[in-house]
Amino acid sequence: MTSAWRAAGQRDEISFGSVDDQRLPAAGSQPPGAAGPAITTSGLTKRFRGGQVAVDGIDLAVPHGAVYGFLGPNGSGKTTTIRMLLGLVHPTSGSHQLLGTAMPDGTNTVLPRVGSLVEGPAFYSQLSGRANLARFDAADRTADPRTADARIRAALDRVGLLSAARKHYRAYSLGMKQRLAIAAGLLRPRELLILDEPTNGLDPQGTREVRGLIRDIAADGTTVFVSSHLLAEVEQICSHVGVMRTGQLVFEGTLDELRSRGTARILVRTAQPAGAAEVLAKLGLADVRTGEQEASAQLGGQAPEEICAQLVHSGVPVAGLATPRPSLEDLFVELTGEGFHVDG
Amino acid sequence: MSTAEVTSPLPGPPAGQAAGPVGPVIHWIRFLRSELSLIFLRWRNLALLAVLAAIPVLIGIALKLSSPGGGGGAGPPFIAQVAGNGVFLALVSLTVLLTLVLPLAVAVVAGDSVAGEAGHGTLRYLLVIPAGRTRLLGIKYAALVIFCLAACAVVTVAALLIGAALFPVGPVTLLSGTTISLGAGLLRLAFVALYVAAAMAALAAIGLAISACTEHPIGAIAAIMVLALASEVSDSVPQFAVVHPYLPTHWWLSFDALLRSPIAWPDLWHGLASFGIYAVIFGAIAWARFSAADVTS
Repeated sequence: MTSAWRAAGQRDEISFGSVDDQRLPAAGSQPPGAAGPAITTSGLTKRFRGGQVAVDGIDLAVPHGAVYGFLGPNGSGKTTTIRMLLGLVHPTSGSHQLLGTAMPDGTNTVLPRVGSLVEGPAFYSQLSGRANLARFDAADRTADPRTADARIRAALDRVGLLSAARKHYRAYSLGMKQRLAIAAGLLRPRELLILDEPTNGLDPQGTREVRGLIRDIAADGTTVFVSSHLLAEVEQICSHVGVMRTGQLVFEGTLDELRSRGTARILVRTAQPAGAAEVLAKLGLADVRTGEQEASAQLGGQAPEEICAQLVHSGVPVAGLATPRPSLEDLFVELTGEGFHVDG
Repeated sequence: MSTAEVTSPLPGPPAGQAAGPVGPVIHWIRFLRSELSLIFLRWRNLALLAVLAAIPVLIGIALKLSSPGGGGGAGPPFIAQVAGNGVFLALVSLTVLLTLVLPLAVAVVAGDSVAGEAGHGTLRYLLVIPAGRTRLLGIKYAALVIFCLAACAVVTVAALLIGAALFPVGPVTLLSGTTISLGAGLLRLAFVALYVAAAMAALAAIGLAISACTEHPIGAIAAIMVLALASEVSDSVPQFAVVHPYLPTHWWLSFDALLRSPIAWPDLWHGLASFGIYAVIFGAIAWARFSAADVTS
């Protein structure tokens, strides 16, 4: 869109650590690009009839300009949270703000600035792709009817559906349906895009296309909140993550913060494992282990190059040096427990 | 909303955004037109309207074939007059269709109105646009009322055309014995069609309330029909006489009040008041239910 939006997004990303300070004064509607989180929730809870607690007091803070991956196993409350954010489901307790405006009071002013895909695409099967978008645009009392055709064309073009615009929706492939749903979210410029499992059911090509699309949209300065249970997807496109487990938010932060939760190790490949282990122990590293042709220890805060120099200095022949970290997958399983649905 | 957009320092105005705000009336009309095209471009609904047009034709042909013997005896009112004046075929058709087919057509479209969107999942997308829950319900009901008007117009016009083709047409003799000119007779007929449309609009309000409570359109349609038929059956049981005036279907056929000279206003007002009260009550139920509902479809 414009460099002003992008700059604002970057500034917010840097100030992510102090999000709490910015959260309070957010009564009225904020102009685009203003400082402050795109989404905040406090104690958001949904208890369905029958007593089942789908979402249990979560506090989200999604910074402006972020691509926020909302992760969790199936049934961990992601979709219910998204439905509450968009005003489809009424929270049992707690509150939330979108773009600095309290919901659900601000529904009519905020939601036009938010594009969304909720639990898969849903359109009128008897209408063409273009007619479907025209239908949804007609329902938008803030959309200018005079520019509808141009905007619909642009949205279809953006998702690569222009050539299939006149085809009936029922003849669309799953990937085309998913892309049409994203096009509906792009009928007008948005400050926030909320996408619930946008690559669900897509083949690898479709997944790549959608991922590329999300990257493009984020590069324009739009905040993207994307739920997923696919680790690979989140790792590739997200700057921030929130992890859900049985209705609770068990982690929130940047992807790097999540990675740094895992304890990194240093791994030395050498013909003299015992000698290497001795050096590592002397350097004060914890959990020193030796194996066949290798020695390893917890890296702690030490610089690998220093350790390497010490090893060489002590006459240990270093054939290879690595600092493996636990994979994101390991971290997620650790956070979300057994039964995590890992497709990635 | 539009002022906020104009005054905020929005860096990139949407491509091709024309200057000047668009009034809310334009947005209502645009949404209503979209809703109407969904109803009237749907093959199922067009088939319903075709059936509504075909039945008067069948009745006309049947009466033409049997007319030498005279239609006296049992049968719907007005049937004896058709042979003498084709205009009466419209009244016969409305009377016959009111017992089942007209309410069925309204039940199908009304039952589908909200439940169909919920079943398809399009409801959640309309709501996050945001179409506005109250506004969406208002548009849905406005479109249903227009469908009721169209259905009654289709029956009346089809019956008039086939009546004029098969039977003589001339000055209309009213039920009270007075004869009025053909033009005045057609005007009365138009009011009859409007009265029937009002009756159907009340049924549509009941249908909208039922439709807002479910995401299964077939269930909603069935419930509306069961309700209408139960009301008609109760209306024909003399032991229930005390509740008859309060039944939703009781005043449907009271349009013969319009065919007297002078017009029998009390009956007419009773009927219209009944329709109005049903529409308000069930419209309120639909709104209360829909504005508080969790949309999980």
